[in-house]
Amino acid sequence: MSDRGPVRRRPGRVLHHKSKAKRVTSSGNTDHPPIVELRGITISFPGVLALDNVDFSLRPGEVHALMGENGAGKSTLIKALTGVYSIDSGSIDVAGNRQAFHGTSDAEAAGISTMYQEINLCTNLSVGENVMLGHEPRKGGRIDWKAVHRMAAEHLEGLGISIDTRSLLSNHSIAIQQLVAISRAMVLDAKVLVLDEPTSSLDRGEVEQLFAVIRDLRDRGAAILFVSHFLDQVYEIADRITVLRNGKLVGEYLVRDLPREALVTKMIGHALVDLAAISSTAARDIDRTDVPILRASDVGRRGVLEPADVEVFDGEIVGIAGLLGSGRTELVRLLYGADRADSGQIEVAGAPTKMTSPRHAIDHGVAFSSEDRREEGIVSDLTVAENILLGIQAREGFRKIRRAKQESVVFEYMTALDVRPADPNMIAGNLSGGNQQKVLIARWLATAPELLILDEPTRGIDVGTKADLQRKVAELSEQGLSVIFISSELEEVLRLAQRVVVMRDRKCIGELDSLNVELDGLIDFIANEGKGSAA
Amino acid sequence: MKHRLFWPVAALVLLILINTVARSQFASITVRDGRFYGALIDILRNSAPLMLVSLGMTVVIATRGIDLSVGAVMAVSGAVALTIIDSSADANSLGTVMVAVVVAILASLLLGVWNGFLVSAIGIQPIVATLVLMLAGRGVALLITGGFITTVNSTPFSFISTGYLVLLPFAFFIWVAAVAAVGLIERRTALGVLTEAVGINPEASRLAGVRSRGIIWSAYAASGVLSGIAGIIYASNIRAADANAAGQFIELYAILAVVLGGTSLMGGKFSIAGTVVGVLIIQTLESSILFLGVSSAQSPVFFAAVVIVVVVLQSPPLHRFVRRLASSVRSRRLTEPTSDLEAAG
Repeated sequence: MSDRGPVRRRPGRVLHHKSKAKRVTSSGNTDHPPIVELRGITISFPGVLALDNVDFSLRPGEVHALMGENGAGKSTLIKALTGVYSIDSGSIDVAGNRQAFHGTSDAEAAGISTMYQEINLCTNLSVGENVMLGHEPRKGGRIDWKAVHRMAAEHLEGLGISIDTRSLLSNHSIAIQQLVAISRAMVLDAKVLVLDEPTSSLDRGEVEQLFAVIRDLRDRGAAILFVSHFLDQVYEIADRITVLRNGKLVGEYLVRDLPREALVTKMIGHALVDLAAISSTAARDIDRTDVPILRASDVGRRGVLEPADVEVFDGEIVGIAGLLGSGRTELVRLLYGADRADSGQIEVAGAPTKMTSPRHAIDHGVAFSSEDRREEGIVSDLTVAENILLGIQAREGFRKIRRAKQESVVFEYMTALDVRPADPNMIAGNLSGGNQQKVLIARWLATAPELLILDEPTRGIDVGTKADLQRKVAELSEQGLSVIFISSELEEVLRLAQRVVVMRDRKCIGELDSLNVELDGLIDFIANEGKGSAA
Repeated sequence: MKHRLFWPVAALVLLILINTVARSQFASITVRDGRFYGALIDILRNSAPLMLVSLGMTVVIATRGIDLSVGAVMAVSGAVALTIIDSSADANSLGTVMVAVVVAILASLLLGVWNGFLVSAIGIQPIVATLVLMLAGRGVALLITGGFITTVNSTPFSFISTGYLVLLPFAFFIWVAAVAAVGLIERRTALGVLTEAVGINPEASRLAGVRSRGIIWSAYAASGVLSGIAGIIYASNIRAADANAAGQFIELYAILAVVLGGTSLMGGKFSIAGTVVGVLIIQTLESSILFLGVSSAQSPVFFAAVVIVVVVLQSPPLHRFVRRLASSVRSRRLTEPTSDLEAAG
């Protein structure tokens, strides 16, 4: 924090990203006075001190990463900066002017634009309408649609995208939608751009495209706050890092001064769980002579998934690897009965079974935790306890589980998975993403499944919790639970699984013994296997 | 201030107080022939149909649905009951009336099941699915009565709405029993929490193994049965089956009662007690219109004004505004203690 200069206020200093005058070329500039200056920010919720006297500053022409575990206060800080929460004490200065935000519109007026993890645009409107929404040029009192689309196209081209501005936003990929959101921020003439987990649903190429735009904006003098759980990406794009832990500021560092291990240690407050220990747990022999827990043959659905075969044995972790949209989620949804397969057979412990509904799958000891925590996992207005009990309560039907049993189950699994805060009566929607994930796993473990299907359980979760979850999964499989584990992070899949099913273009293209394959080999397999012959 | 029923209850108490101040006999209850009489007793008696309909509406709304057909179901139920009594040999026989009531309730159950089928099995949007019956139901009722307003003179049937049981109106006992039954079923079993889960996040609930189809179906069936009972009480009160007037606009009042009681139209968390208070507010309001002598031309405006005040009192933005105002007043007082002292001294 020593490199932070004294506060210099220059009222009226406004950066226009479009002006050619100021082009900052080198990354990690330290010579600019901060455009955003947060001092002594404190925010408390009933029973929780979410932010405790935190200082944070953002300089023009830098990409600044905000790092911390789930519940460290990152979201709260962002929400203070963007006017969602009002602060209990402390001060916010933007371009030298003291601010009192009473809503997001105040923050937007001050030049702070936010892009959330879930894109908040109108997908049923055209690209151009979205870019110019609320700022449509007018002619004689009516909206000049020609000008709308022309200006939108100019803004988009400024970011290096040329798409038809009259096309529906919903027809474009999430990546394009995000770039549209950014160009919208440009229309609002934002000096500060807040990007909250912008890359969580992008593939590699799309991330590159986004990063090119971010670098361009930075070089034009915008101040960019970047939040991501991907350490690689932080080290690729960020110039400076601020670390929070338990609502307190740990420190502000230049990226080049902070090696990865040091960052992780600062985030979680202690050294990381030994990941090597997890891999050694995984590296054990699985008895594949017995009847498999689950055997799916030729399971598919027209237009969704080509017929695929999967076997999972007792105590085995089977990984599914492949790019987003390769059919990973589609496959496990068919196995679970969330969608119906129109071909193939499924055997559970040797007995042929029709997976017609989730209810049916649960009765056969199969549990499935969806990749979409918010829409398909957590019931947000119910309490943590009610969420954990939902699985077993659904099985019991209308007979209410006895209170004593409820309490013991909730206590057992909240402790086992270390759900924080440890308050069973908290509304589940208020938990951080990582803790919501733990609650969901608790829900499924409470049903005592034979096979647990985890679809992207570590997405959007900090390194510490990620490692905890992996260790927990390894532990459970050692105790005999079979697991299907899907993750975009191939290291995780290789670390945990004994076998990896590889998917591409909505079909299974092969199976690897993960003990005998390295990361490069897996990536190569995903990219190239069968390319020559299949065509 | 913290309890979510605070504002509805406060509004109800305030309404009663205003009436009592305006005309003191509003709150007076007299005993005659071993029965209570008074404006408040009338409110308890007259709220029965709306109470039953609103109970069903609460459960349906909790599943993210809505039931517009409640008024039409009331009309069908009344038509069925009165046609049976009318065509029987002895309208005053208790047996006939019991048969009529049971058949009418079964017919209403059938209509509720039909709504539930359209919504949960076919997947039609609730507002559209129940609109069908809302429009067609009254036609069915007219068909049953042959296009006439069937009237009967049956002492046991009239007892349902006008009779007394131990000091209090029989209709009051009916709705108390219904509230107790729905409350017990929802909260003593897991139905309540499963209904809320389905209402908050249907897909997550389905993936968690909740049989959401059955839960949604049962909500519409319950709404049908409760509306059917309401229809019987209504028909008993006017001693006639009027297919057009029975339960007219009651779906709107029921939705209003549910909302006044603090249950969100977005589904999920619901409050039976809140709905009870909501219905009592509406019924008290209707009584006050009569009691305070508001002319019939002005009564909708009066009604609307009070409802707006109650709804605004409950709105979170207002609460936030008041809190901010209070805290700024408090902080001003803290920062300027000296001037206060000077002024005082």
